[in-house]
Amino acid sequence: MTISQAKQERIEVYKFNPAVTIGVPFVALVMQAFIPVKLHFFSAFDLPLLVTIFFAVARRSQVSGCLTGAAIGLFQDALTHQPLGVYGIAKAVIGYAASSLGAKIDVENPGSRLLMTFGFFLVHEAIYIVVARYLVAMNLTWLWGRELRDAFANAVLAVVVFAVLDKFKQQ
Amino acid sequence: MENVISRFRNTLNLIVLMAVLLAQVIGLAIQVKRPGDGGTRLIRVWVTGIITPITRSIVHSENWFADGWHNYIWLRGVRKENEDLKDEIAQMKMQQIRLVEDASQAHRLQLLLGFKEQYISQTVPAQVISTTGSEFSRAIYIDKGSNDGIKTDMPVVTPEGIVGKVLRTFSNTSLVLLINDPTSGAGVILEQSRLQGILKGNANGTTVMHNVMSDEKVQPGEQILTSGGDRIFPKGLPVGTVATVGPGQDLFLNIRVRPAANLSQLEEVLVITKVDERAPEAVAQGDAPKRAIDILAQRLPTVAPPAPEKPAAEKSTDGTKPAAGTNPTTNKAAANTAKTPATGTAAPTTLKPKTGDVATATTATTKKPTADSILVSDSKDKPKPVKPAQATTAAKPPVAASNNGAVTKDVQPQ
Repeated sequence: MTISQAKQERIEVYKFNPAVTIGVPFVALVMQAFIPVKLHFFSAFDLPLLVTIFFAVARRSQVSGCLTGAAIGLFQDALTHQPLGVYGIAKAVIGYAASSLGAKIDVENPGSRLLMTFGFFLVHEAIYIVVARYLVAMNLTWLWGRELRDAFANAVLAVVVFAVLDKFKQQ
Repeated sequence: MENVISRFRNTLNLIVLMAVLLAQVIGLAIQVKRPGDGGTRLIRVWVTGIITPITRSIVHSENWFADGWHNYIWLRGVRKENEDLKDEIAQMKMQQIRLVEDASQAHRLQLLLGFKEQYISQTVPAQVISTTGSEFSRAIYIDKGSNDGIKTDMPVVTPEGIVGKVLRTFSNTSLVLLINDPTSGAGVILEQSRLQGILKGNANGTTVMHNVMSDEKVQPGEQILTSGGDRIFPKGLPVGTVATVGPGQDLFLNIRVRPAANLSQLEEVLVITKVDERAPEAVAQGDAPKRAIDILAQRLPTVAPPAPEKPAAEKSTDGTKPAAGTNPTTNKAAANTAKTPATGTAAPTTLKPKTGDVATATTATTKKPTADSILVSDSKDKPKPVKPAQATTAAKPPVAASNNGAVTKDVQPQ
């Protein structure tokens, strides 16, 4: 058995029911739009980002992760008053990076999921702010305190959300 | 084996076809603007058309249950609350009497100065159904759209204060940009110091008043109102209070504002759909513009027609009556005048209380041109008689010497 074969055996690629593929991002977008009306602090979370990371890591396909991220980001952009594509670019990059990472390391246990989401959230915010400032000329600033707090909150939430979404996986 | 490959190829082709079609449709939707929805891009129309009906139905069903619970089941303490509200109404009625008096006086002065006021003549109540879900985009969706007469740039308020403006309209929903978004802006004025500035949001969701010079004195806690300078928010709506004041950039103060409306817990808002700009209505005086001198004269004791045969005592009694058409209960000056002893001469009795009257009115409308200037400019070409000395001592103490001088000099006896 070659090394590549052994490696291939270890990596599990998951598929999802089309209803889940469409329904989960849709529910994430609805929740992201609705819950902050009642719980204002919820706007610190980014459910569409967590869904992007989850699908990218589970499918382990860079193209798929990139397209999923771009589509979810584009729809998220459409809900805001900002130009279309800012979230789209950020989430496409995250989708690509998450699927690349998922193909190399184990991202199934809660600890690695926590760290992975923490890192990806910061990268996502950095890309968003860079694109918004230098491409769209929006007046956004990087606030370390807020970003770290939000990254940690999203990482904790990701552990729970990923555990729920694991039930929809099909090998 | 061939069947498997064939099926795989078919599936792959189908997926590629779907992906290509989907990409093109999304590409089209990004480019195409729909004129019927205020030129909004099609993709935004689609996404809001899919998302907002769900959030709207959640909000409405939640309200239905909450209303049922609060209106029919949970009525604990309602009787006590009702009593408290009745007491409050009684107190407010007392307060209203004073306010009506002040308002009528202000209206009279505005009328004679030719001011135009903005009146909110039509509003549409709306419910907040969702947010944008982004910390970088501080905006909300409401359940009223172009079908309800909502248009872009209409101001959105709550009873507590301003909320934002309509940024984008759809058929049944609208996107409202909040005042704490970095891309928003509103013309505001400090209530006491009358300093004007621009209210903007910043990245962390707070609101800041810009363009106030650092050598100005601004106290925390001071109320901030809309100035009307942005041509969106009508003048005089509450905005918030000054939270902190500190040095800012380029000789400007950094004034952080605490919004009057709770922007993080908005549930119901009012969209101002119609604002009229018109001159304030005359209070019991008719609509025709009048000179300041005429109006002030009407508010003072009527001078009896020359009747040489009447004794002096009778004259003074007539002279203390308020003019016809003037409401004595809303005119402190007239009431005070009635108490002053008559001098027996028409001119001094008429002139001196005007000074006090004008001063009272000037205090009520701070920082606005006073009636004095009108009086002076209005009667420049009219020679005035010099008043006797006893007239000055008989009336109210002078508030400002220059004002007294001007009025005394310029106003003609009626």
